[in-house]
Amino acid sequence: MGTTTVEPGAAAPGSSGPKTNRIGLTVMDYKGGKTTLCAGCGHNAISERIVESMYEMGVQPEFLIKPSGIGCSSKTPAYFMNRSHSFNAVHGRMPSVATGALLANRRLVCIGVSGDGDTASIGIGQFVHLMRRNLPIIYIIEDNGVYGLTKGQFSATADLGSKLKSGVLNDLPPIDTCALAIQLGATLVGRSFSGDKRQLSAMLKAAIAHKGTVMLDVVSPCVTFNDHEGSTKSYKYVKEHEETLQDVSFVPHFEDIDVEYDPGSTVEVTMHDGSRLHLRKLEEDFDPTNKIRALTRLTEAHEKGEVLTGVFYVNPEAPSFIDMLNVVDQPLATLPDSMTRPGKEVLDAVMEELR
Amino acid sequence: MATTDVVPRESAGGMGHKRIVNDMSIQVATVNGSGSQSSNTVLLRSIFQMGVPVSGKNMFPSNIAGLPTWYTIRANKNGYIGRKKEIDFLVAMNPETAQEDTLSLAPGASVLYDDPLKLDKLRDDLVFYSVPYDKIVAAVCPEAKLRKLVKNMVYVGVVANLLTIEMAEVEKAIRKQFAKKVKAANLNLAAAQAGFDYAKANLQKRGAFYIERMNATAGKIIIDGNSAAALGCMFAGCTVVTWYPITPSSSLVETMIEYMKEYRIGPDGKATFAIVQAEDELAAIGMVIGAGWAGARSMTATAGPGISLMSEFAGLAYYVEVPGVIWDIQRVGPSTGLPTRTSQGDILSTAFLSHGDTKNIMLFPCSVTECFTMAPEAFNLAEQFQTLVFVMSDLDLGMNNWMSDPFEYPTTPINRGKVLGKEDLDRLGGFARYKDVDGDGIGYRTLPGTIHPAAAYFARGSGHNEKAQYSERADDFENNMERLNRKFETARSFVPRPEITKGNNAKIGIIGFGTSHWGITESRDQLREEYAIETDYLRLRAYPFTREVHEFIEQHDRIYLVEQNRDAQMLTLLKLDLKPELTTRLRSIAHITGLPLDARSITDELTSMEGK
Repeated sequence: MGTTTVEPGAAAPGSSGPKTNRIGLTVMDYKGGKTTLCAGCGHNAISERIVESMYEMGVQPEFLIKPSGIGCSSKTPAYFMNRSHSFNAVHGRMPSVATGALLANRRLVCIGVSGDGDTASIGIGQFVHLMRRNLPIIYIIEDNGVYGLTKGQFSATADLGSKLKSGVLNDLPPIDTCALAIQLGATLVGRSFSGDKRQLSAMLKAAIAHKGTVMLDVVSPCVTFNDHEGSTKSYKYVKEHEETLQDVSFVPHFEDIDVEYDPGSTVEVTMHDGSRLHLRKLEEDFDPTNKIRALTRLTEAHEKGEVLTGVFYVNPEAPSFIDMLNVVDQPLATLPDSMTRPGKEVLDAVMEELR
Repeated sequence: MATTDVVPRESAGGMGHKRIVNDMSIQVATVNGSGSQSSNTVLLRSIFQMGVPVSGKNMFPSNIAGLPTWYTIRANKNGYIGRKKEIDFLVAMNPETAQEDTLSLAPGASVLYDDPLKLDKLRDDLVFYSVPYDKIVAAVCPEAKLRKLVKNMVYVGVVANLLTIEMAEVEKAIRKQFAKKVKAANLNLAAAQAGFDYAKANLQKRGAFYIERMNATAGKIIIDGNSAAALGCMFAGCTVVTWYPITPSSSLVETMIEYMKEYRIGPDGKATFAIVQAEDELAAIGMVIGAGWAGARSMTATAGPGISLMSEFAGLAYYVEVPGVIWDIQRVGPSTGLPTRTSQGDILSTAFLSHGDTKNIMLFPCSVTECFTMAPEAFNLAEQFQTLVFVMSDLDLGMNNWMSDPFEYPTTPINRGKVLGKEDLDRLGGFARYKDVDGDGIGYRTLPGTIHPAAAYFARGSGHNEKAQYSERADDFENNMERLNRKFETARSFVPRPEITKGNNAKIGIIGFGTSHWGITESRDQLREEYAIETDYLRLRAYPFTREVHEFIEQHDRIYLVEQNRDAQMLTLLKLDLKPELTTRLRSIAHITGLPLDARSITDELTSMEGK
């Protein structure tokens, strides 16, 4: 991961001048361009949380890549972290582009931004296969249940009975991307709300520390096309129906802090890099390391009409896709020719066999 | 039956009066899944080892077991190794097709058949040999369940005897075929020997065809095009391969996996490559593009249906300017078409694959050697021009065995194209991703992971300006598209040049590409020898077309463009490039049977259009 790289010559933390993070960068080094989304769009809040958490975790911006698909959500990589490479690809196919980039350079940190249409409709094929591989990627769905750029059609995460502005009712059940991700093999899965600063920040930082596929479904209301009475993805509806599984907090590995917690009421998860994820239970019998329990709870949430948030499933031990491929430690992209073109003796030997 | 047409021959080689040496086409008709592939390879290798130029073509069904399959071996002293239309020696092992196969032969041909088939009643102008395979195989193979497989090796022995192929060479070929499996080698050798002995004792040679030792294959190798391409890609420094299985391309990547596992493991036991089987062709090309964007030498291999699926991503790569190599092992379309037959049917769709004004570089290998040499060329071009390069092979080249000189170690250095590193950015202070700094239309790029505050740019399939910023401005869009066109024009001078072979003061030019080459080469000799027609020949090796192609057309009165599709796709593509007055010189010889193009078809069509 790029999180431990310190750029030589950067201002040391604690020196006079603007406040810097552990690799000597200011929060301005993590900023993006000015947003062109609607005022009040949940996506903008998510971009802000990404900037904060990347800054606080001290991710080297040049090691981050931000692939995205197509849609309002997928425009947002332009609005955070200008010092990172972005790839605004084709609709629903960001997972394959991200996969290729991570195959080429295993040192990159990847935050893939998608939307509910980009993931659950056109992109469901690539989504499910990405989830199977445990590729080290943070996959974020900025989920508003509606197509914004084409002016307000239902997406496949829209709830049964949810109403469009035009009055049309959704008569198909939603795809629960979190349940799918858990079932298929993602190793850190949760749902949050763009309006919940604290929870989303903690989950994003845990995501950065995790080595494997992170799938975060962030409910992010569309103020223009899906924030009205009758919508189940409006600010009002989410606030009224949100059920939070845990109080999520995160202690990064580089902060020497002893946090006291009660093992009876809090689950502590030690992440790959030594960071700790603390989940103070708000529901007593929920265990985020138990897939079956997580899937059951998600099914219950649908039946009760709850917007369930929190960390549903986490497994920091599973090998990542890159580990399974047993590739060299250096990025494949920049291996010297001497490592990628075998010598003449190899060709001679192969030719001899073919005679 | 489907694989031959009846062609009456004036001088039927028949009935023992004539000796035809090292010039024949042997067809083995079997049921697929019966293990005949090993037998046929042994037969091919035995002839090869006797120094006679040879090729093998497998005409197989899209099926795992139970449907008819034909394997055709052509031995030719003059080195003609393209498909020959007429079959001279039929080995009829498949009861389903035996009658039709026999009825379609030209007079004078030989037929070797399984005794119960009683084919000799069908015609009186052929030479028949019957062999009681079951009796012979029962004697040499005690294990009943193996007999079906071993039976096929019996015909190898019989054919060896009838065509005077030396048994010592058959043994050598069997030992090579079964390599370390000594028991299997011994069993198969016993079967072949039993066939040879039976023929020697019971069959009287009456056919005209003989194999005699010559010295035209010394030092040569036998390999299929997909394996050659796999080797080429390994030596090209390819680091990321993502693919989805599809006939006839799968063996390219599967062979590559074997080679890479053997020769591309670092000293620490770790791989200097990643090969990933994707969920479909969309994901396969998406991964190629992601990897190419991040700096890897990435590739995939596919066939027509995969090419169609890759269309949207191809446009993304063109517009975002990402390198990648796509091998298209062409098969017969439209749609699923004939998945196990060959064609050159993806030319037009690949040239413009994707919506908008997308144009793609294509290379056209004609031989296993070019499958090898064009691999590093394709990767260099892809990175130099920051675009996809499609290598347009086909089933005939990719899946069939071809004789070749051994490949030469690549001497052209690996060219990673215009990539700015940290030091460059320190010096320059920054860069504009899509600015035409050098006047060749090619911008400079950076790779993710380059630690410099100015390294990043925003790759996007949406409209963008020189700095890769989102733009809907008309001038930005137009300038960018014009620059992309300039880049494509630059590519004309860098892609492989055509190969031109001159005749004697020829007014007629032939243009061909890919595997049509083999039929064309032989046809030109037929034209000269049988019709006194001199031709010049230009073999296209790349799109965009180079200057030489235009000059060649200007130099000839009439141009015959030979290709293996219905709609004269290459001719159409060429027309777009030519001055209008030159387009009238083009005439099409198009072939769409799904079988490799043979010389006689070209000769017949060309002479007919010439009014001969």
